[in-house]
Amino acid sequence: MSMFWTIWISVITLGLIIGCYVLLRWCLSNQTGVPEGESMGHEFDGIEELNNQLPRWWTIMFYMTIIWGFIYLALYPGLGSYEGFFGWKSSNQGILTLEESAQARIDAKEQGKFVEYDRELDYAAEKFDPIFEAYAQIPVEELAKDPEANKVGQRLFMQNCSQCHGSDARGQNGGFPNLTDNDWLYGGSGEKIVETLTLGRKAAMPAWIDVMGEQGIEEVVEYALSLSGREVDQQLADAGKVRFAACAACHGMDGKGNQALGAPNLTDNIWLYGGSHRAVTETLTYGRNGVMPSFKKTLGDDKIHVVASYVYSLSND
Amino acid sequence: MSEISQAQPDYNYKVVRQFTIMTIVWGIIGMGLGAFIAAQLFAPALNFDTPWLTFSRLRPLHTNAVIFAFGGCALFATSYYIVQRTSQVRLFSDKLAAFTFWGWQAVIVLAVVSLPLGLTSSKEYAELEWPIDILITLVWLAYIINFFGTLVIRKVSHIYVANWFLGAFMLTVAVLHIGNSMAIPVSFTKSYSLYAGAVDAMMQWWYGHNAVGFFLTAGFLGMMYYFVPKQAGRPVYSYRLSIVHFWALISLYIWAGPHHLHYTALPDWTQSLGMVMSIILFVPSWGGMINGIMTLSGAWHKLRTDPVLRFLIVSLSFYGMSTFEGPMMAIKTVNALSHYTDWTIGHVHSGALGWVAMITIGSVYHLIPILFGQPAMYSTRLINVHFWLATIGVVLYIVAMWMSGVLQGLMWRAVNADGTLTYSFVESLEASKPFYVVRFIGGCFVVTGMLIMAYNTWKTVRAPKGSIAPDVTTQPA
Repeated sequence: MSMFWTIWISVITLGLIIGCYVLLRWCLSNQTGVPEGESMGHEFDGIEELNNQLPRWWTIMFYMTIIWGFIYLALYPGLGSYEGFFGWKSSNQGILTLEESAQARIDAKEQGKFVEYDRELDYAAEKFDPIFEAYAQIPVEELAKDPEANKVGQRLFMQNCSQCHGSDARGQNGGFPNLTDNDWLYGGSGEKIVETLTLGRKAAMPAWIDVMGEQGIEEVVEYALSLSGREVDQQLADAGKVRFAACAACHGMDGKGNQALGAPNLTDNIWLYGGSHRAVTETLTYGRNGVMPSFKKTLGDDKIHVVASYVYSLSND
Repeated sequence: MSEISQAQPDYNYKVVRQFTIMTIVWGIIGMGLGAFIAAQLFAPALNFDTPWLTFSRLRPLHTNAVIFAFGGCALFATSYYIVQRTSQVRLFSDKLAAFTFWGWQAVIVLAVVSLPLGLTSSKEYAELEWPIDILITLVWLAYIINFFGTLVIRKVSHIYVANWFLGAFMLTVAVLHIGNSMAIPVSFTKSYSLYAGAVDAMMQWWYGHNAVGFFLTAGFLGMMYYFVPKQAGRPVYSYRLSIVHFWALISLYIWAGPHHLHYTALPDWTQSLGMVMSIILFVPSWGGMINGIMTLSGAWHKLRTDPVLRFLIVSLSFYGMSTFEGPMMAIKTVNALSHYTDWTIGHVHSGALGWVAMITIGSVYHLIPILFGQPAMYSTRLINVHFWLATIGVVLYIVAMWMSGVLQGLMWRAVNADGTLTYSFVESLEASKPFYVVRFIGGCFVVTGMLIMAYNTWKTVRAPKGSIAPDVTTQPA
């Protein structure tokens, strides 16, 4: 902030507070020319006004808040670029990237600045990081047997994952997989779960309406449903089987899916976007785009490890 | 009184009558909507899977209806009444007055249509889209011209204190509305704010908090300065106190917006200034309460018999309470607990229901018999019933929201030994549910009171002349 704006802000701010003080003093001394306690002599629609002195307790409160205001503005940032006696900041400001944020944190520490957010991060790191570092030493499959670790993992899950996957981790319709059924889109080993959490996942089911046409989609839907043993129109399903060659590239000839691509198994009657005839038709017609965000920056490697072990434990008692 | 009234000029009461009746109508609609969406918070099925019945669309309609329809009509009615009576002159222009009435009703009807359709600028308390914003501006300019025009042609030498507050409210609201609503239209029903990021947030809360400060405080203080001394039949306690608290209030209030943005991307210095001014503001805010309540010196006994005066004085007590609570919540440390919780909702409603609605209701009960040529309201008993319904309703509402808010704040910040949060969001929501039920019940009390008021008004307006006996206990002096 330039000196001009600092002066501008300071003059207006202090001018206003001093103005309040002057106003108060002026009204405390009776300048009305009317003796105290008497009517001002105006009358408005029958209403008169008395010239009473300001209540003393109220006046004292006014002085106190004014004095407090000056003290606060001396101690804390307020008057433009003046940093205040404590050099206190809520956070490093004007930061645009995580890299800048990390650098600003180091700079602030070197200069001995009081940055509240940095201090809280430091405090949390000092106090809590060792707990998660210790957990991270134990392989996911092992850690999943530790009830204490699972409790911690569950709490992290409730805060970060339950919004999509549900408080009970059973997922919800619309592309949020159930995490308790041991049916994995990208693999259910500890390593794979950690990978999913760390890097995130992007799944793309293309739209087939332009390629297959409505009749083609109808046939493939019947065939896809038949893979899970559902009752279907066999004639349509047979026709669909021929067209399924296009789907096999991702879902495999047998329709059992491909974890390397995140292509779901179509034979287990577990449906990410609903298994009704209508929902599957919609999936094929318009395609689907599933996104699992990366939690690397939010949670960090050690916490991801603990969440992964909790998720692992849900399918592996 | 009788001598003065004989010498009264021919006041324009038509516009006052229109706005007064619409105050009651919009009050019922706005508060009823509030009770309905309060019920949705613990029984979400009440949106009936219908987009225009969802909380997200009806909530802005509720806030717009109570602030601008109920509160706005009340301010138009009382300011037109006060400025004529205290200036001893008819309104500057009857045509402008009629334009403000029909224009303002059009704005409200457009809000009732556009907000449930999901047409919104998404700025809180300024959701209406740009064509409606322009209509508001035109109506408001007509209002300002008419009000100040009347002051210019006044027949008394001084300008009464109520008119200072009303004038400040009108001018500032014009600046706030125009400043905050600046937007670039992309179609007839969609526009984007001219401001971006933290600047937009700051503009929004500069407007938002001064909608409270000038619309809901300065305007209604103007109302208070006329109706309290009038109903109590006592002179205003201190002229000098009114000078200090008027100038300090209007010059400090305009700074308070940043306290809505503590611990956000807003620069620290801006947050600090918002907090410092909010805390100093506490004292001039109380100046108005003191001046109102002390005006009752020597007339305290009237509170026992006059429910209208009781409305006015209890409203001042709620005003005092919420103007103490507000600066306290503006302190960053307190705000860290209260922000984003129901505490804020409770605070707003202790101001909106306790202060704004009660001072309005008291003033309207004072006005109706005068405007419709009756010696008193049809039933003083029903005013009393309304008073208790309103008071109990507000207390239920505020206490429920305090408890829910503090509980939420504490649950959100609770941390386990491993640094993870103790409660998930949905757990805090579950904890709030019983308080949401109590809040709904409180809201129903308030709405029921408004319905009784409508009935009482209907009976008063329709009563044959001479059928209502003057009630000595509620007679304005």
